[in-house]
Amino acid sequence: MPFIPHTDTDVEQMLGAIGASSVEALFDEIPAALRCGRLDRVPERMTEMEITRLMHERADADGRPLNFIGAGAYEHHVPAAVWEIVTRGEFYSAYTPYQAEASQGTLQVIYEFQTMMCGLTGLDVSNASLYDGATALAEALLMAVRANRKSKSHRILMPRSVSPVYRQVVHAICAAQQLKLVELDYDPATGATPEAALAEHAGSDIAAVVIPHPNFFGCFEAVDSMTDWAHANGALAVAVVNPIALALTRAPGEWGEQGVDICCGEGQPLGSPLSSGGPYFGFMTCKQALVRQLPGRIVGRTLDMDGKPGFALTLQAREQHIRRGKATSNICTNQGLLVTAATIHMSILGPVGLQQVARASMANTRKLVAALTELPGIEPVFTGAGFHEAVLRFDQPVRPLVDALGERGVIGGYALEGVYPELTNCLLVCATETKTDADIDTYVQTLAALMRPASAA
Amino acid sequence: MTESLIFEHSRPGRSASAQYPAGDFDVDLPAGLERTSELGLPEVSELQAVRHFTRLSQLNFSIDTHFYPLGSCTMKYNPRACNRLAMLPEFLSRHPLAPVSASQGFLACMYDLQEILKDVTGMKGVSLTPMAGAQGEFAGVAMIRAYHDARGDTGRTEILVPDAAHGTNPATATMCGYVAREIPTDDNGDVDVEALKAALGPQTAGIMLTNPSTLGVFERRISEISKLVHEAGGLLYYDGANLNAILGKVRPGDMGFDVIHMNLHKTFSTPHGGGGPGSGAVGVSERLLPYMPIPVVGKANDDSFRWLDEDDLPQSIGRLSGFMGNAGVLLRAYVYARMLGRDGMHRVAEFAALNANYLMARLEQAGFDLAFPGRRASHEFIVTLKRQHKSVGVTATDVAKRLLDHGFHAPTVYFPLLVPECLLIEPTETESKEALDAFVDAMIAIAKEAEDDIEHLRGAPYTMPVRRLDDVRAARQLDVRYQPDDQAA
Ligand SMILES: Cc1ncc(COP(=O)(O)O)c(C=O)c1O
Repeated sequence: MPFIPHTDTDVEQMLGAIGASSVEALFDEIPAALRCGRLDRVPERMTEMEITRLMHERADADGRPLNFIGAGAYEHHVPAAVWEIVTRGEFYSAYTPYQAEASQGTLQVIYEFQTMMCGLTGLDVSNASLYDGATALAEALLMAVRANRKSKSHRILMPRSVSPVYRQVVHAICAAQQLKLVELDYDPATGATPEAALAEHAGSDIAAVVIPHPNFFGCFEAVDSMTDWAHANGALAVAVVNPIALALTRAPGEWGEQGVDICCGEGQPLGSPLSSGGPYFGFMTCKQALVRQLPGRIVGRTLDMDGKPGFALTLQAREQHIRRGKATSNICTNQGLLVTAATIHMSILGPVGLQQVARASMANTRKLVAALTELPGIEPVFTGAGFHEAVLRFDQPVRPLVDALGERGVIGGYALEGVYPELTNCLLVCATETKTDADIDTYVQTLAALMRPASAA
Repeated sequence: MTESLIFEHSRPGRSASAQYPAGDFDVDLPAGLERTSELGLPEVSELQAVRHFTRLSQLNFSIDTHFYPLGSCTMKYNPRACNRLAMLPEFLSRHPLAPVSASQGFLACMYDLQEILKDVTGMKGVSLTPMAGAQGEFAGVAMIRAYHDARGDTGRTEILVPDAAHGTNPATATMCGYVAREIPTDDNGDVDVEALKAALGPQTAGIMLTNPSTLGVFERRISEISKLVHEAGGLLYYDGANLNAILGKVRPGDMGFDVIHMNLHKTFSTPHGGGGPGSGAVGVSERLLPYMPIPVVGKANDDSFRWLDEDDLPQSIGRLSGFMGNAGVLLRAYVYARMLGRDGMHRVAEFAALNANYLMARLEQAGFDLAFPGRRASHEFIVTLKRQHKSVGVTATDVAKRLLDHGFHAPTVYFPLLVPECLLIEPTETESKEALDAFVDAMIAIAKEAEDDIEHLRGAPYTMPVRRLDDVRAARQLDVRYQPDDQAA
């Protein structure tokens, strides 16, 4: 019996100890009318050998195309050591560290992770993760509304340059708690949120302002003036950032006069493989004064009975298992294993490695944009400086091109018109440090062969 | 054994340079945006990092190293093949927005998994996107709200939850804009049906139930409860955290539930990873089909797989994650489901129940008190130390900590809150009789120690990397990040 160790003798002895006539008798409290028959749609079992063959066939069918797409999930090199260690049974098959004395490994990893995230973001406190970047933003906004006692409006200024999917997720999660998202348009020339978009709301009751860094188009926003504007108008500043960009750019805790109040984002670029969209992890850091509003688990260092330092979950009175209906969030299980991966990943790369990854990704994206815009009919859309993504406008529909590229083993980018109707024929492209000049050339050559000549456009 | 912090191994100028691109790259950051502070990351060699984190792993208990009978958590063996096959390079490198033409292999796995989960739950539709149990609960209650709203039935403000419910249930009700109202439990561990009747009314949006409940017993009057709630116009939510107890024996859909979440990181054996990730896939009855969270995997006319999104499900409660949830976890659950197969599914509950009832019988014979004597255990059961607490002052914490010294992870303690000094014990089907017998021996030894030398017991654990930790100090003198000029704590 797969994964069940019982021999017939075991079963007999165990039933004897229970005083039951059969295993079936153990279910005698379930009303007979409710009992189910055979599960017809579940297939017969496969051995490990058989399922291995099936999964290889399916994996092979999808192949390993060349990725020039980001849009919230980024291909980076992950050192081999990271997942070798992460998948050690001691990390992989442990539960949440509720029994602290038997979970010091997991707890210390989280403490180290918290330290690293505080360092990267320039803030005081980090939690132990949320589900992903999108839900982290939703939780950050719920937190901002709780923390901003002066604001009664529950209104959030949300730039349209924030990932459209993040905005959808925020809406799905926060609407029932009466959060109102007020959209700020971006400047069609620079791709960033203009001061005028904020100025329009000066003097009104705003709970928080969201500041993406970089934004969905890959462009940098005026992070200092947005942070200051938020504070001048009684709002909290909430940054949603790519952690790799922070290797080169000023920490959110140092934006403007006072720094942002809450910083969150997608942790995937720190050691999570693309893996079809998950598991990744959301991170969140904040100023010390807001710690009691922070959702999710937090690990603290303390002392044991002998005065020896050790680690334990702390401030649990914020959480659902203690506070129930009044908790800061319903989150329980988080993305612990991905946090372990990120902590090992950041330790191995170190500050220099992370900066080199960021620089190489920026440089490769510049090269990609230069090479693609040499083709007739492709132009950059925004003038603003960006990180490792860029928006290109084509003189023809991009969806068919993306599909055709896909059939030729190149994932060419993300077609924007579905989520930004005004960006017709626009493609969001990305080239991280994993791409070589030859890869970029492959993309350009494959695309050139597929594009309609300018005359036909 | 302890291990110093990674930051204490750090030396300026050291780095693992095989791991990142070398060279000078031209980067054009806007003026004033350049980083001015340190990143705060350690500077260590690859070996130092590997050794540090390997040593940290060795400070943990885990399923792979210890019997881990943590109630409500289903700590069963996580087959290695599930991990290996979910981590095939093609799956790892698949971008979530890759075109469907380059994703048929992956989508086939997700489609098959949806079908399997529909069958084992008796539901009409399944969405795999929720990323843990609590998010599955959120999806479920949001669907209940969407259902009432679509009918213009907007006066429903309450979600009922039994007092034994997991904390995520009331917290979820709040997140969905409802008030959570508690229903008491009767002396046998069943929902107090009279109290339920009194609580039901036009304000009732629904009820969240776990069955078997978190008390480890099957809710015998479930059909009656289902009828009462439906008559009041409410819907029934099934917290599937305890699905292991009934897999292949009884299906939530057949019990009258409208929506269910499954913790695939419990019943379908994906790893807990020291806190996550999980997967809280949701199943729905006919009437909630239009509201499922997107995306869902469907079939196109030519039988190829495709995503169903807002165009297909315009009344969906929307997106709950950046992409499609914890895809890698879902692949692991899929491999597990295929290796169990139909017969294996039926066996899960059988052997989970056999192990739980055996362990319960042995502990009762050894003199421990059961919270609900005379009831069958489901996949778990509760021992209460109320009597021993009175007589010798022993607590559930004392027993939990001493079990660690005996080489067993502790059961869940102090949950559910309504049973005093409780141990919620869930052995799972993958443990052998020998492991259970050894656990009973340890419990007997600890009970004796409580009589003979309670002071020594209160000092446990003695063999872990640290002794009992000061939680009050942890909260009062908050130290949540390393600062180099710190004294050691
Ligand atoms: C009964 C019950 N409900 C809900 C949950 C929440 O699930 P998750 O931790 O995956 O969010 C759990 C487990 O933690 C549970 O035991």
